[in-house]
Amino acid sequence: MATTLKEKSNSQIMDENRRNDIVLEVKDLSIYYGDNRAVNGISLDIEKNAVTALIGPSGCGKSTFLRSINRMNDLIPSARAEGEINYEGINLLGDNIDVVALRKEIGMVFQKPNPFPKSIYENISYALKFAGIHKKSVLNEKVEESLTKAALWEEVKDRLHTSALSLSGGQQQRLCIARTVAMEPTVLLLDEPSSALDPISNAKVEELVVELKNDYSIIIVTHNMQQASRISDKTAFFLNGDLIEFDRTEKIFTNPSVKKTEEYISGRFG
Amino acid sequence: MNSKTADRIATAIFGLIAFIIVAILIGLFAYILGNGLKHISIEFLTTPSSNVLGGSGIRDQLFNSFYILFLTMVIAVPLGVGGGIYMAEYARPGKITNLIRSFIEVLASLPSIVIGMFGLLMFVNLTGWGYTIIGGALALTIFNLPVIVRVTEDAFNSIQGDQKEASLSLGVTHWHTIKHVLLPSAFPSILTGVILASGRVFGEAAALLFTAGLSTPRLDYGNWNPFSDRSPLNIFRPAETLAVHIWSVNTQGIIPDVVEKSAGASAVLIIAVLIFNLSARWIGSKIHKKITATK
Repeated sequence: MATTLKEKSNSQIMDENRRNDIVLEVKDLSIYYGDNRAVNGISLDIEKNAVTALIGPSGCGKSTFLRSINRMNDLIPSARAEGEINYEGINLLGDNIDVVALRKEIGMVFQKPNPFPKSIYENISYALKFAGIHKKSVLNEKVEESLTKAALWEEVKDRLHTSALSLSGGQQQRLCIARTVAMEPTVLLLDEPSSALDPISNAKVEELVVELKNDYSIIIVTHNMQQASRISDKTAFFLNGDLIEFDRTEKIFTNPSVKKTEEYISGRFG
Repeated sequence: MNSKTADRIATAIFGLIAFIIVAILIGLFAYILGNGLKHISIEFLTTPSSNVLGGSGIRDQLFNSFYILFLTMVIAVPLGVGGGIYMAEYARPGKITNLIRSFIEVLASLPSIVIGMFGLLMFVNLTGWGYTIIGGALALTIFNLPVIVRVTEDAFNSIQGDQKEASLSLGVTHWHTIKHVLLPSAFPSILTGVILASGRVFGEAAALLFTAGLSTPRLDYGNWNPFSDRSPLNIFRPAETLAVHIWSVNTQGIIPDVVEKSAGASAVLIIAVLIFNLSARWIGSKIHKKITATK
């Protein structure tokens, strides 16, 4: 898929400046809903094969930012973005971007588990088939592989053809992760993936995220400060659409350089 | 009055309303079936009708009703579902979309006799077809279309759990998402809407008086050539439906057994709608279970 992206935006490739360990380079990104600015000119680099956590109070723009990366904000007619999000030297916000191809490369898991009302197997094979994989043996392999990666295979291998809606909330969310992973994206966007889950399922999803970081670059929005400190390598703190601080997670949680960050982390507001 | 009493009164009132509705329904069914069932026989269902002689049947009317319903749905369902998908998935929110929605609502509330008169002008006079089955089916399509558009739009809008986002985020196109995720999820609601619309179409008389007409030519059920004048399948022949027949024997009929015939025909009409409803629901849930892999 990357070829389509590359062909379309060859001129935008900026090889000289690109560091190999950066997967997404965000520059002066502003996002508006109508006249209302939700994100104010933020810039940050997202590291490859690392977990980046986005924290901040509700309405601070972190989810809006996340959804702009795979262009899910396109679904909201009044939303509009300025600035750049560079991926492999290509600005993802460009008009000529094939969003369908982009979303294969940058997968997303949502806050509420949203499996399709199909069988467990079909939940995973659905997008694979659309991508042109029809051979039964390859599909079977991919289904097993992705379910294994999502730590769900052992629980569901005997009932792959029953409805995904019969799974528990935590299992459903891991199925959603499996179906995203099956597309072999390079970046995984997780929008509060465990906030709707019970503590045990939550722990499983967290374990999984740490596991997945070997193969993917992960950006996770979370309201849960412990979660951010447990699983992320870098943390970005958002407030009222501004990126207040972005640093190594240990630094943010032990010795933040901005006072607002410290206040938020210690629970004084938000 | 304290809130507990208010709560009890509310419960009682809603219980009463439900009781009244059920009682009316049961009363109506009991009356129509009680009067009509004894007049239904194989002979009644298989003899052609007559305007002058007693002992006639409703064979052709029954066939015409199903045939017009079938043709109407063949035209109205694709158009209506397509329109509903457009409204739910493609139309950008704004003044024009709201205007279209208002038009659809106005169309849905048009009295059927007005649609009948419009059908007379359009499908009978302007086209020069005269009274035809296809003219009746087109008039019923107008009658039916807004309901199906609305039902489809509502069904799409009430799909639960962001399945659309889920599918798009996997790198699947909008159209593929509509075909393989949204339409299957919306299918049971759309089917229910189509069934309700079918019931209305099956029992509709006013819109057909001036479009499909009050007569049926002598039909030969062995003739399956749709272009032959005596073939039941010919869509350019006039056709009196069951509902129209009930109206016409009561107002114009000079047959001696008017009361028996219309009671029998009414019972057949109700039974047909009932069977149609129940079987369609059963089929719908079967298909839904197959699509969603639930047991």
